[in-house]
Amino acid sequence: MLAYVAKRVLYMIPTLFGMSLIAFMIIQLPPGDYLTSLLSTMADGGQNLDEATIARLRTQYGLDQPVHVQYFVWIGGILTRGDFGYSFEWNQPVSTLIWDRMGSTLLISLASLLMVWAISLPIGIYSAVRRHSFGDHAFTLLGFIGLAVPNFIMALTLMYASYRFLGQSVGGIFSPAFVDAPWSLAKLTDMLSHMWIPVIVIAMSGTAAMIRILRANLSDELSKPYVITARAKGLPEHKVILKYPVRIALNPFVSSIGWVLPDLVSGVTITAIVLNLPTAGPLLLRALVGQDMYLAGSFILLMGVLTLVGMLISDILLAVLDPRIRFN
Amino acid sequence: MMKPNALLSVRNLSIDFHLRTHVLHAVRDVTFDLKRGKTMALVGESGSGKSVTARGLMRIIDKPGRMTGGQILLDGPDGPVDVAQFKEGSREVLGIRGGRIGLIFQEPMSSLSPVHTIGSQIVEAVRLHKRVSKKEARVRCIELLRQVEIPQPELMTDRYTFEFSGGMRQRAMIAMALACDPEVLIADEPTTALDVTTQAEILDLIKRLQDERGMAMLLITHDMGIVAEVADEVAVMRFGKIVEQGPVDDIFHASRHPYTRQLLDATVKLESGAAGRALPASLAPTVAPVLSIRNLTKIYGAPSRMFSRGSGRGLVAVDDADLDLFPGENLGIVGESGSGKTTLGRMILRIVEPTSGSVTYRADEAASPVDVTTLGKADLRRYHQDVRLIFQDPFASLNPRMTVKQIIGDPLVISKAMSGRALEARVAELLGKVGLDPLAMERYPHAFSGGQRQRIGIARALALNPKVIVADEATSALDVSIRSQILDLLLDIQKQLHLSFVFISHDISVVRYFCDRVAVMHRGKVVEVGDAESICTNPSQPYTKRLISSVPNPDPRNKRMLHRLRADQV
Repeated sequence: MLAYVAKRVLYMIPTLFGMSLIAFMIIQLPPGDYLTSLLSTMADGGQNLDEATIARLRTQYGLDQPVHVQYFVWIGGILTRGDFGYSFEWNQPVSTLIWDRMGSTLLISLASLLMVWAISLPIGIYSAVRRHSFGDHAFTLLGFIGLAVPNFIMALTLMYASYRFLGQSVGGIFSPAFVDAPWSLAKLTDMLSHMWIPVIVIAMSGTAAMIRILRANLSDELSKPYVITARAKGLPEHKVILKYPVRIALNPFVSSIGWVLPDLVSGVTITAIVLNLPTAGPLLLRALVGQDMYLAGSFILLMGVLTLVGMLISDILLAVLDPRIRFN
Repeated sequence: MMKPNALLSVRNLSIDFHLRTHVLHAVRDVTFDLKRGKTMALVGESGSGKSVTARGLMRIIDKPGRMTGGQILLDGPDGPVDVAQFKEGSREVLGIRGGRIGLIFQEPMSSLSPVHTIGSQIVEAVRLHKRVSKKEARVRCIELLRQVEIPQPELMTDRYTFEFSGGMRQRAMIAMALACDPEVLIADEPTTALDVTTQAEILDLIKRLQDERGMAMLLITHDMGIVAEVADEVAVMRFGKIVEQGPVDDIFHASRHPYTRQLLDATVKLESGAAGRALPASLAPTVAPVLSIRNLTKIYGAPSRMFSRGSGRGLVAVDDADLDLFPGENLGIVGESGSGKTTLGRMILRIVEPTSGSVTYRADEAASPVDVTTLGKADLRRYHQDVRLIFQDPFASLNPRMTVKQIIGDPLVISKAMSGRALEARVAELLGKVGLDPLAMERYPHAFSGGQRQRIGIARALALNPKVIVADEATSALDVSIRSQILDLLLDIQKQLHLSFVFISHDISVVRYFCDRVAVMHRGKVVEVGDAESICTNPSQPYTKRLISSVPNPDPRNKRMLHRLRADQV
């Protein structure tokens, strides 16, 4: 097992190198650089910079260097000093910017993930065991509505409802009064009263998808001979189902961790913009639009790392859960 | 009304399945008795309702099915109780399942949970019916594994099912079924998925345990050979009804119902060898073989890749095989699973690349021989028109989204031999040849039964007028009466078209019926080649002797398996 994990980590190194290269390439692909997009913004505002200042800025930002030199400066900083570079637009180190956003991103995503599991597990089992019953059809209908409604519309609807009928302040994860306040019970309650909208919106489509996956998987497993074996032992029906087929149908739940982690950064960006959530998605979008290359590159690299780590975690959990994977 | 020595009496049991379009009477008015220490065999072909009956005794009936009538009287210290009276899933039924009636069934590969250890599954069964601590249950579990002759039971109890071979899993399954000393054991096709030698061992084991414990046994099988070897009484089932029942000797030697006789005839016919089939003249030493295999070897996982961490030797699937196939001949290849017979068949077609050795093909007497192992892509395609394959699984080997016409015509389309009306005429001719209605060509495979599908597969193999057909377990998935029909069809086609067959099978009686010569494979090696009759009646190699003596004999007066040669005796 340890050797397996070590091997997996070793394989991650070349993959990461390739990803950093591609991330940097993608950022360089659109014509121009941060300065050109800055200049055009300023020109729109009626300001103009003289050639000498532009040239000085260009040297200062290192934008006059060839692309490969820029890449090695960036990646060298990350590897030797943990320095992800400097955001041109925000005038702050990239790492500070990213970590500021990660806390709230993590919180919302984990809460949504837990909600997805808490709802889809019992419903999925019910739907598979009572297939084609009234309840199953009702949940299926709800599930498809959940899949079909775009997240941002759901977000707008819930915002309206909570403002109109509950009289709550909506948007963000804190009321304006609490944003800079120190942690207290009141702040926590305030956060919880804001959190439910993003959590429901983000969890909804995930829940619907997970119910379908679990229902399909479990339906296959329910007719397997080992279920009959368990019944023939004299095990009561609910124990038969929970102990044997559900255990095997759980694999997709564990696999979902793999794609949840990268979703932390880039997923649900539109929802986050609509709800004005201080998560990573809107920041990444802005960095890409403004060609803020070190910020955008670091975000993409971070997503790559999170994807790999997420896959590793889910593979390790799968191996723990399923001995067939462990022994291969 | 219960006979004094009957332990379990089934009276007028009926089970219906309410399907979307109609009601299927899966079990109709079935009545029989199980007696202590005796074995009752329930025989019939697939779909006859025997498994549903057996599971009905434990009140395990799958969803659309419902018990609509009858009694299941289980004798106990306080007189008989009617299992049919209890609610499904009630405490009484749960106590009987596993506690008084044990069940073992067909798929040893999937009848145990793959994610729990063998021990934990058996311990669970013990603790469901006996008030014992975990530690005591574990001791009991190890003792059970020892009784079913699993070596090193202390170690094996903590292993997972996929670390066991098929035979070992079936032993573990038996141990679980016997965990709480049931009085009735239901064995539903317990050995169908196993090799003949393993089958003989498992049947021995079940018989011994039954004698020791005085259990009543209900044995469900489609194999009349096993019935003759093991059963005391027989009930023959067809379309959900028992058409005939009686002592085993009466059934085999004085059966009254025509269906019983039909079943027996199909079995006995296969047993007797291809009656009167004269060896083809081409077997004379002057005739050159159509296919000639020399030193053919396949090693899987040979150390060549960068990251391989194997022991460095790889698995030798086929080891230095030499074989000749003569024109018009049927060459059988028999062996147990893992003996390399399928790999050998695939190497003949070069679906699997041989590691070393040669396959030489000679289209006819005048043609110059070609080495198949070095053929280029275009030549290999031409070779594949002459040498075709028939598969084992008639359900998986036909694309469910293609019509029969598309399936059979596919080789003709690919080789650009025919199209349009000519193609249609050819498909109709081929369907006629395999005994199907040419009008069926617009239908999809799901509309056909297993035997009919296998006929479609044969028609597809014949489409390009091949010289050689490799049939890999072509009849294994079929019921015995269908099996002999398909074999007769193949023999008939061979006579017309002058084909040669390589017939790969684990079923000795089928090979004996169909083949002129037989090659016996064991652990990748061809251990013996000879004409079919002498291999089957008078084998010379020790392994062949062991294999042949393990085949059940469909005659209760002449039980062969009990006197078989075991691995340690040869």
